[in-house]
Amino acid sequence: MKSAMLNRFIVAVYMVSFFTFLLGPLAVMVVSAFNTPAYPQVWPIEGLTLEWFQRLASDAEILEGLKTSVIIGIFVVLVSVPVGLAGAICMTQIFRSARSFYYFVVVAPVLTPGIVIGISTVVFWRDFSGLAGLRELMYDGIVLTVLGQSSFISSYCMLIIMARLQRFESAQEEAALDLGASFPQAFRHILLPFLRPAILSAAVLAFLTSFENYNTTTFSILADKTLTTVLAGRVRLGSSPVISALATIIVMLTLVAALAYELIKRREDRRNARRKKTAMAAEDAELSPGAPRPAPKSTDTPPLRPSPSPRNAIHVSSR
Amino acid sequence: MKGLSITFAATLIVVAIFLLLMMLERKKGGRGMSFFERNGVLIGTYLILAVGFWTIVTIIMPMVFMVDLSFRPKLPPSQVGGPLDEYTLKNYRYFLFGSSTSAEAWNTVHIRAFFVTIVASIILTLVNFAICYPIAYYMAQAATLKKLRIVLLLLIIPYWVNDILRAFAFRILLSENGFVNGVLDWMGLAGAPFDFLGANVGLYMALCYSHLLIMIFPLYNAIESQDHNQIEAARDLGAPWWHIHLFVVMPHAKPGIASGMTLCFMLTAGAVATPMVLGGPRSLWFTPIVYDRFYQLFDWPQGAAYAFILLLACIVFVLTVLKISGLKLGEITR
Repeated sequence: MKSAMLNRFIVAVYMVSFFTFLLGPLAVMVVSAFNTPAYPQVWPIEGLTLEWFQRLASDAEILEGLKTSVIIGIFVVLVSVPVGLAGAICMTQIFRSARSFYYFVVVAPVLTPGIVIGISTVVFWRDFSGLAGLRELMYDGIVLTVLGQSSFISSYCMLIIMARLQRFESAQEEAALDLGASFPQAFRHILLPFLRPAILSAAVLAFLTSFENYNTTTFSILADKTLTTVLAGRVRLGSSPVISALATIIVMLTLVAALAYELIKRREDRRNARRKKTAMAAEDAELSPGAPRPAPKSTDTPPLRPSPSPRNAIHVSSR
Repeated sequence: MKGLSITFAATLIVVAIFLLLMMLERKKGGRGMSFFERNGVLIGTYLILAVGFWTIVTIIMPMVFMVDLSFRPKLPPSQVGGPLDEYTLKNYRYFLFGSSTSAEAWNTVHIRAFFVTIVASIILTLVNFAICYPIAYYMAQAATLKKLRIVLLLLIIPYWVNDILRAFAFRILLSENGFVNGVLDWMGLAGAPFDFLGANVGLYMALCYSHLLIMIFPLYNAIESQDHNQIEAARDLGAPWWHIHLFVVMPHAKPGIASGMTLCFMLTAGAVATPMVLGGPRSLWFTPIVYDRFYQLFDWPQGAAYAFILLLACIVFVLTVLKISGLKLGEITR
């Protein structure tokens, strides 16, 4: 008994110190965003203020960067989700001996440092766009950033979609084809609906990854500015609570989104459970008394463990 | 356009290898249906165009071109492709000797930064693993569902905070008149404020901090897939706790461990924002040096060479992990 208590004590101490390390720096930053001194300060609290949030809201450079980041994020989603989808579908159809080679090529960007991706994108397009006569159009910070980020974000999207595609029963598609559907019809009405959840989470993940990316962007953005490059410039010049205010907003948004996701998930779980109950009751009523009740289908049960962050859908859904 | 012709040739070779592999497979009597028969013309074209554009134009060609550029001299645009544009090892020589002509002295600043980066990244990866493993195990095997939900929520809060902001938080914490020095002063422990940032404590802590979550989620997923009965069985058979972890849990979680470590190393060694914010005046980390080749010296070929050196280090690390763990690439990138 004593050792069990000791065990629980150790676990508790470890958890508390881990989360202090994980959340402490953020807490410090959040506090400094509401404190009056112009140098971000935690203690002593000299007065509560929202001034830094106001300054943030009227900071033209940051707002401009935010706009660029959102534009880039939207384009990255538009490029990398369809590309990731195509990559995943090709993976299931490709011949065996070519598969590992293909896999190596499409997964390489995930394992390449972002700085190397950014550099290779910039040096290549500087010369290639001139050759193709597209220098005006292509050698542009936003275009290059979209291209550079898409090269590895497409891989993320592909991995997410592939995980779901592995559970697709091609018999469904074949049935549709046998019943006279054309190929595009089967694709649109059978495969795409099945992949919808994975495509949606890939899109969310692609946007967020693009939005917070710095390593690739700092090279490929050229003369333009995204939120992250503006921030980097500011932080290098000096510290200001305005930056703390921005971090506070990001943390709050993440928290709200995570809580909303959790609530939706719980409601869905409950609804599924209720549906199952009514279905079983209906089955009971239909079957003559005394007849054995069919075992509930295990596929209908909601997943026991909640899936963590969206980026992690890569890992969760594939196992 | 000498460089581009090499790039095109290399890309053609890659595509040719790929087509050859497919032809060989078909000769051996692969499936009867061709690609377009299976997908229809419209969808088939979309698949080929999308994947072709992605792999060829955004992955293979830029990478080949970067490597090609790293073997060429820095020239003004008018002389590119001219008689002076010959292949050279100059940029790599500069990395080793700090001069492209003599080999008398080693370029200690850059070489040291490179090795500090690699060694520190390996150590930080191991430290991250040591910190995250107990949490991941607790989440996957020990926690109740309710506690797990809370832990996951707490883990997600810092997830989308950018590296720059994380580094900034550490600067607030550790700067000379920062929070930690304030607390130490209040406790009467420190006579003078301790210069954490100058001593690079802040840099290492922030690098460790930034990649905790990268490590924890693959570990959690791998451990979570293990049947708890196996652990119970080992315990019933009298295995001490460290035996259970070393011989039951870790072998099962090997793909997750390898995947977490690979990503963690790559992101730590390739971190740009954290060393820039916390690195101090001395160039300690390798990535700011690479950055300076581009936007301080505007010597792009040399920058490409430095980037390629960094990429090689990452490739060596991935290969080592694959070799030690005996896994395939597909198993660690899921």
